[in-house]
Amino acid sequence: MPSDLALYTRSLKKVFDDKVAVQDLSLSVKRGEVFGFLGSNGAGKTTSVKMLLGLVHPTSGDGLMLDAPLGNHRARSKVGFLPEHFRFHDWLNAEEFLKLHADLYRLPHDTAQKKIPELLELVALTPHRKKKLREFSKGMLQRVGLAQALLNDPELVILDEPTSGLDPAGRRLVRDIIRDLKGRGTSVFLNSHLLSEVEITCDRVAFIKNGVVVREEELHKLTSGEISVEIKAKGTTKEIERELREIKEIGNVRVDGDHLSLTASNEDQLPRINRLLVERGVEVFSIKPQKISLEDLFFEIVGTEGGW
Amino acid sequence: MAAFIIAELTFLEAARRKILRMALIVSVVFLIVYGLGFSEIQKDLIRQNSPIILRSEIHNFLTMAGLYVVNFLGIMMTVLTSVDTLSGEVASGTIHTLLAKPVRRWEIVIGKWLGFAIMITLYLILTGIGTLIIAYAVSGYAPPNVFKGLALIWLNCLLLLAVSFFGGSVFSTITNGVMVFGLYGVAFVGGWVEQLGSILKNQSAVEVGVMTSLIMPSEALWKRAAFEMQSPLATALGGITPFSATSVPSPIMIGYAVVYLTIALIMTIRMFSRRDL
Repeated sequence: MPSDLALYTRSLKKVFDDKVAVQDLSLSVKRGEVFGFLGSNGAGKTTSVKMLLGLVHPTSGDGLMLDAPLGNHRARSKVGFLPEHFRFHDWLNAEEFLKLHADLYRLPHDTAQKKIPELLELVALTPHRKKKLREFSKGMLQRVGLAQALLNDPELVILDEPTSGLDPAGRRLVRDIIRDLKGRGTSVFLNSHLLSEVEITCDRVAFIKNGVVVREEELHKLTSGEISVEIKAKGTTKEIERELREIKEIGNVRVDGDHLSLTASNEDQLPRINRLLVERGVEVFSIKPQKISLEDLFFEIVGTEGGW
Repeated sequence: MAAFIIAELTFLEAARRKILRMALIVSVVFLIVYGLGFSEIQKDLIRQNSPIILRSEIHNFLTMAGLYVVNFLGIMMTVLTSVDTLSGEVASGTIHTLLAKPVRRWEIVIGKWLGFAIMITLYLILTGIGTLIIAYAVSGYAPPNVFKGLALIWLNCLLLLAVSFFGGSVFSTITNGVMVFGLYGVAFVGGWVEQLGSILKNQSAVEVGVMTSLIMPSEALWKRAAFEMQSPLATALGGITPFSATSVPSPIMIGYAVVYLTIALIMTIRMFSRRDL
């Protein structure tokens, strides 16, 4: 019986010669979830992904991918993978490349015949389908790589830095595809250090530092948590200030001339604050909620070390 | 089976990278040069009205020389084309996309090996049979045990293919090339030491040769092939030429080469399966 986990690892560790690449990778990805895997360069992200796919053998620890032990080749028939550097057999043309990988997925001939033009269309490569990959730009390689990872209608898609070095259109395509996959209930494991991408697409994130998963966070909790609010308003009296302080969802109230700052437990407090100010005759020019961004969190957890 | 897809891919790669075309061109050039040279000498033999025994000796010599080139070129083609097939895919990262599919590593190894084996077979059919046909057309001479001899040359190429695969599963392309040609060189020198030792009746030298054949049986396979295909007269006369055998490797050496090849392939699969990619 399939479990509700697409990926599960327990204390995966990888030591290369004398260098510890991954110290302790323990995480789980639910089915249908878009999971962001974050960390600086050299934190062990790519080695982790390779262990999930059986390309690198863990020194210790174990895990399951779609309920099969890591490295099981059958489980990979339900997995799509886009590797980091988009290095493919470049003497094939786009269509032949997809045909090869459809064959390796054992797709029936007519399914492949139908699927390949669809995917070429999806990644906007139909006009280039007869062109050799050798002549492709980096962005085109990434797109054909994405198409390759979707041939088998995967249950789990693993994307290793899918948007690095891409133009905005390419990034948007990746984002749209991830959203589309999520709509179909596909699990996505997104290895990235482009935080804005992750923030837009992911349900949950894990931070990896020096080969250890240091924190897992649900993004909606992150963004629905405490916010600080900057208000520009004329006529805030001491009495109004005291009144604000008495609301228990509001804290750190400070008034400095026309500038009012406070923290609120959640976004729902914003209209309430606005109403109160307006009712007391305060002229409100702007209310700006400042969410804790993923970037703030990233620096808080991972720090600024690492060369990215 | 995925191995067949990989075999097909290997074939397609050789075609796309123009390796097949180049191999075909050089083979045809070789056959033309060989044919022209042989027929000039044949004209001379007829013009000088040479004695039949000399003619027969020269026909045998030239046929064996042609087959020697077939063996040598076959080995070179085998090693040069296959030396980077595993290590190259690892170094470039193309292996990641292949192995993220429901494909096992042994299927990659066996598939590629099959692909190369088929190409080498076709190459040997072209050059080997071509040489024999030209020799026969020019001189009317056909060596004995042709199929046995060609089969041994074929085995020789498959053996070096397996060795080059083994190196590719462990080392970088360059290191692998150094290893395979190094082993081939050892076998070559060892083969000569054995031949000379046999003529000079130096048993220790012969043993050195046999020892090197155990390290790498490629030269022994050629000597055995040469022994099978040289004319009975040449065998009776003895004497040393690069293309004949005085100290004949025993048939056990053939069995040894088959075992060697099999172990090399099994080790390739083992090493490649364990490797972090």
